[in-house]
This record gives sequence, C-alpha cells and structure tokens, in this order.
Amino acid sequence: MDRRGSIFRPRLVFNGRARAGDAAVSDEARRFREVMLPHLDAAYSLARYLTADPTAAEDIAQEAFLNAFRAFGSYQGGSAKAWLFAIVRNCWRDRARAAMARSRVLIDQAGLSEGQAAAIDNYPDEGETPEAALLRQQEVEGVRTVIAALPEPFREALVLREMEQMSYREIAAVTEVPIGTVMSRLARARDMLATLLLPQRDAPQEECA
Amino acid sequence: MTACEDRLLHLHALLDGELDAVNSVAFEAHLKSCVGCAEEFARLERVSEQARDPALQYRAPSSLRARIEADIAAQRPAQSRSVPPTVRKSVSSWMAGGAVTALAASLALLVAVPQLTTGSVQDQLVANHVRSLLANHLTDVATSNRHVVKPWFNGRIDFAPPVPELAGQGFPLVGGRLDYLDGRVVPAIVYHRRLHTINLFVLPAGSFSSPVGIITRREGYGLERWTSGGLEFWAVSDIDSHELEQFRDAFVRATG
Repeated sequence: MDRRGSIFRPRLVFNGRARAGDAAVSDEARRFREVMLPHLDAAYSLARYLTADPTAAEDIAQEAFLNAFRAFGSYQGGSAKAWLFAIVRNCWRDRARAAMARSRVLIDQAGLSEGQAAAIDNYPDEGETPEAALLRQQEVEGVRTVIAALPEPFREALVLREMEQMSYREIAAVTEVPIGTVMSRLARARDMLATLLLPQRDAPQEECA
Repeated sequence: MTACEDRLLHLHALLDGELDAVNSVAFEAHLKSCVGCAEEFARLERVSEQARDPALQYRAPSSLRARIEADIAAQRPAQSRSVPPTVRKSVSSWMAGGAVTALAASLALLVAVPQLTTGSVQDQLVANHVRSLLANHLTDVATSNRHVVKPWFNGRIDFAPPVPELAGQGFPLVGGRLDYLDGRVVPAIVYHRRLHTINLFVLPAGSFSSPVGIITRREGYGLERWTSGGLEFWAVSDIDSHELEQFRDAFVRATG
C-alpha cells in the first residue's frame, strides 16, 4: 500500500502540538465520515456476498466500520475502499473462524424482516411498472443466487472485480495473494459463472490457429 | 470453439483493461484471426456484463448506517485521550498551524522523495514483469545465445548491458527485450529457473544512485537490486528470495 500519505497529513501536526483538542477529534470523525462512509453500501454488499447471510453481513459491516474508525490513524491515503475492504474481509475471516470453532446452530430470527427490508432497499427504478420491476428483481435475485453458489475464493475475486471494479493489484492487496493468483481465480470464477448463467455453447467448431 | 489454452488469462486481462496499449492491440489482432479465442472473449464479455449489473449490489439498510453513525459518535471521547481542551482564539493561530503544516510537508517531501522513487520503480518492475509473462512478450530476441542477445541491444539503447550465460548455474538465458522503466527504454534480459521466469532490468546507475543492495518482495514477487560497473540491476521473479540471491551471485560472478 501507498505509504506516502501519512507524511502529508496535517492532522498529525495538530495532534503533535496538542492544540485543537476535541476539535481534532471531531475533525477525525468528520474526515472518517467523508472518506469511509460513502463506501458503506459497498462494504455491506461485499460482506453480504462473503457470508450469504444478511444479519451476519450487517454485523460484519458494523464491526468493520468500528475497527476502521479506531485504526483510521493508520490509513495512509490510497484507495479508501481497498483499505476498508481489507478490514471487512478480516472481520469476516475472524467470524468464520469463531463460528467454525463452536459449530453454531444458525437461527436467523430476523430473516423475514431482513428479507423484506432488503427487497425495499433494492427496489428498482420508479419508472418501471410493478410487473416489470418484479421480473427485474427476480432476474437480479437469480444472478445473485448463482454468484452465491460459487466456491469461496472465486466468488470473492469476482465480486471485487466485477461489482467493485477493483484492479488486479487492488484485489491482490485486499485478498493478500499474488496478482497471478487473482488472475487465475477470476478466470475460474468467470468460467463457472458463464457455465451457470449463459446458454450452453454449440458443438465444437475448430481449434485455435 | 476452444480458446488457446495459453491465452486464457489474456482474454480476462484484455476484458479488465489490464493489458497495456501495445499488448491490447496485439491481442485484439489475435482475436480477429482466432475463432476460438474470439468466441470465448464474447462469452466472457456477456457474463462480465451480467455480473457488473449495479442492481446486484446490496445496499446497506438504513438501520445499519444509523448504528455505525452512533458508533462513531460514541468513540469520540475515547479518542481524545489526554489532549487538553483548548479554545481556538483567532485566525492567526490557524495560520500558524497552516505554516507548520506547510513546513512539515516540504520537509517530508525532501525526506520522502528517494523512497517514493524506489517504491514506484519497484511497482513498475513488478508490473513490467507481470506484463511480460501475460502478454506473450517475454522476449524480442529469443535465443539462448548470448552473442546474439548482446549485439541486439546495440543501437537500441545507449549502453551495453552484460549478458552472461548462466545455464551452468541453473539459470539458462532465454533472450532479451526492450521495456520501459521510469519513462526510459531499458533492456530486460530474461533467464529461466526451472519453469520460472526471471526478468533482469538494467539501467545506468544515476549519480545519486545508492550502491545499497535491496532484497524485497512485492505482491508475491521477489525483487533484488544491485549495482555494478556503473549499472543498476533489478531482478524480478516469483522464485523464492534465496534462489534470487543465488541468481544475483551467479550473475555478479560471471560479469565480475
């Protein structure tokens, strides 16, 4: 990650001189809101695709934002989204590990209301008729279900690349693997997705020249 | 219908805009002549388009946003620690702060620039290495004959990099190519280690160039820097650091 940002941060100067007191703190909170909160939807969406569980996704996103705020001093410029995603991913990993440890029974109490909330949140454009909107929503849910069915590292690579439009390098940084691994995961993910989503191709034609 | 096995990753890289202009053009030309790759590319484009649909993104429930806002608000007292509360009196105190900031920034600039340069060169080296593997543009002159590689560079660059054969040490010479680094054309000499590729970039050592060797890893790739005979060498590969050191030692011995 880019390390130069920290040096230029004026906030350090204020802290170092112990001047602005609470003002510096609220300045930090304000900056955090400006820089990180715009990525809330993306962070939640990533958590949702990682867990396939709306309640867990909310918890992960909330925990990630809290951790991100506490660690905001160590944010050194560069892509805020990539920085935040790495934290979301860590929260998710920690939870997955903990869950594995106690092999929990998952009772999704809020399932119904969450589902309804999500449906309302994701309600399509106002211009559409209710029927068209319903069809569209079904289509979207269909693709979401297929993506959710992809095995783990492939799904993650796909979501980061296609939905979040991250570069190979950013994905490599967030997922802590070499670029080559990102590329092969993404290729595999797309191939699986194409097999599941697209009509099967015709009979073989000719080999590549 | 099948695409070229060895070009599958190119298809994705082209789709993702991760090939540079030269290689994009070259690969697009290939797509025109290869039905298999063209079909596969169209298939990937379709699936990628579906997966890019913004409607697939989940949106955070407003209750979550509210909870996070509350978290941030609740964290504020804890963050303030022992900083004494002060009253900001006048514009002049702000100005003073600004002046200090500016001073700190300009000092930081002086201190940070050499580091920045190295960092960005290292990024470029890794990017060049990856691109050379990706885009089938590993070598412009593909030969294990060093007497061919070395003269090939003559007239293309204004200095003569040493091109030793290191097959005896387990690093066979594969060829050479021209690449760009820091806005200039540089020779890249290509060696193999088993199935791995080592790109060795050579540039004239600038007058401020530090003789300090660097061994580092970046995004899973090893980088090894050394200087010798007024030239700066950067070896990049995915072999482990130990083997990269062996490579440097073999190279230095062969050219020293």
